[in-house]
Amino acid sequence: MPEKEQKITQDLFDHLVELAALELGSKESEYIRTELNKQLDAIEELAAIDIPIGTEPASHGVPYTEKMSQDLRPDTWNACDDNDAILSQAPKHKGRYIIVPDIPHTTLE
Amino acid sequence: MEICDLSASEIREKIIKKEISAVEVLDASLARIRAVDGRPGTLDYASITDEDRKKVHAFITVTETIARKQAATVDRQIAAGEDPGPLAGVPVTIKDVFCVKGTLSTIGSRILANFTAPYTATPVERMLQSGALMLGKVNLDEFTYGSSTDSSAFQPSTRNPWEPNRVPGGSSGGSTASVAAGEAPLSLGTDTAGSIRQPAAFCGVVGMKPTYGRVSRYGLIAFGSSLDCPGPVARNAKDAALMLQTIAGVDPKDATSVNLPTEKYLSMLDKDIKGMRIGLSPDYFQITIPDPDTGEYVQRPVPTAIREAVLKAAEVYRALGAEIVEDVPMPNTRYGIPVYFVISRVEAASNLHRFDGVKYGYRTPSKSNDLKELYRKSRGEGFGKQPKLRILMGMYVSAAQYSEQYYQRALKVRTMIRQDFDDVFNPQGAYRLDALLTPTTPTTAFPMENVYGDSVMMQYSDQLTVPANHAGTPGISFPGGFDENGLPVGLQLLGPDFSEGVLLQLTHVYETATAEKEWRKIKPAVLREI
Repeated sequence: MPEKEQKITQDLFDHLVELAALELGSKESEYIRTELNKQLDAIEELAAIDIPIGTEPASHGVPYTEKMSQDLRPDTWNACDDNDAILSQAPKHKGRYIIVPDIPHTTLE
Repeated sequence: MEICDLSASEIREKIIKKEISAVEVLDASLARIRAVDGRPGTLDYASITDEDRKKVHAFITVTETIARKQAATVDRQIAAGEDPGPLAGVPVTIKDVFCVKGTLSTIGSRILANFTAPYTATPVERMLQSGALMLGKVNLDEFTYGSSTDSSAFQPSTRNPWEPNRVPGGSSGGSTASVAAGEAPLSLGTDTAGSIRQPAAFCGVVGMKPTYGRVSRYGLIAFGSSLDCPGPVARNAKDAALMLQTIAGVDPKDATSVNLPTEKYLSMLDKDIKGMRIGLSPDYFQITIPDPDTGEYVQRPVPTAIREAVLKAAEVYRALGAEIVEDVPMPNTRYGIPVYFVISRVEAASNLHRFDGVKYGYRTPSKSNDLKELYRKSRGEGFGKQPKLRILMGMYVSAAQYSEQYYQRALKVRTMIRQDFDDVFNPQGAYRLDALLTPTTPTTAFPMENVYGDSVMMQYSDQLTVPANHAGTPGISFPGGFDENGLPVGLQLLGPDFSEGVLLQLTHVYETATAEKEWRKIKPAVLREI
């Protein structure tokens, strides 16, 4: 692959994989990094667009007017009617506890 | 004609008139599934056999026990003189992206393969409350990330009933294939970039993406939260209207569902279309794609058969009294895919952090020394390639140092895409359109395993559908004939916010006007031999 397409280098890729909490096999890594770089090329088309000054970003397509938006509901909690159905989905649990391995100690800065 | 080939409205009518029972309807659907579907998708499928290649494989899970209870309830209600609801005794399939209490809700991924949902999605709940019979959960691209259904972890993945060596499209491929093959007259799908409309086009059925907020997303396993829209898949506009009427409307459990009354979709269908203004845009008769060899962007016209089908439909509308407005500019259409590559990935990365091997879903069986290792292994083993790609891309383009260049920029181009729609639908504007008529897809169904793996080319098959997702506006795809290979061609109508009624009406009048055409009599390949 030509150099210009290598925006996501191996080092940057490894960093992203770490942040994403993923563990990848080497063959899979190669495919994914290649595809990421190809996708970035497609995304680069955005850079060439002449965006009129004052264009606001849109987080939604449909503008939500006050009339069509739902009222905020009171901040009250509702108990789930079947806690066991939720707890039983945990891959490992004991009684009312979900079991996980050690949680690494981190010192907050 | 067998019961399972009847439309949803016909089934309901016959049940209400006591001409058939819900149990008979269910038995007909189950028999059809046995005849055409083959084995359901599973994680441990060994290999794909020649026999598999002849079947549809729409299903991941058939919920016969649930459907039998529902059918018995409907029959009891009918016997007691009660109305079971607008979908009385109508078999439906549900894309496996929706949670349904007590059923496996897998999203086509290993990471949720063992997940039994503890609650039911609102649109499903509404269909069941209306008397529908849930046949089961149908296959999709893993996490809905694809346009072929090929990327599901559950194989054999769905094949196109018209030509089983072709893909059904995606990601709602199980939905559209199950409807095309007569397994069910209705299915519930989702559309984030075209995931209802594109497979509807490939499978020769009707599929609608409603306006964002028209149908609740509660209970839908999230992908791109600002883009996802649940919607109906049906064999005709009337059935799609019947289903939309059932699922649409405000839901306190989804704050983005809009607090606006729904229209009476069914009663709008037969209204006159005289004087309606329907636009044709040159920007929808071509696609802009990167050349696979040089990387340079090239514009390619859509194939002649697709173009001709759209122009013929325009003539049908003109003959019915609509005004056809040509040369409507939609200049930002070509940016839909690059914008989507950014926005959808950021939203996907955010939504997929919840899968961690702790609360539900897949957990690595191997030993982990600490919690972080458990996360990495569970996610690494549980997610397929497409979710991993989307998570990593989403993290990259939204990272602090790149966000202005990519994410913020994409959101601004999204505004420009929305502006295209606002301009042409503006009642005081130069074009004053009621709808735009376009092709749904730049190709008909492509061969299985043809582009899967090339994530860029796969994405470009959504180029004509994704702008409506960015804009939030509604769209519908419906059959408009066949190409030279006998594959269905999809026509698309796009309208302004909350114009579902008009889009369904226009689809219905086209269906009525072309009802006697020879191409309407052709059956999908999988139904020709049974």
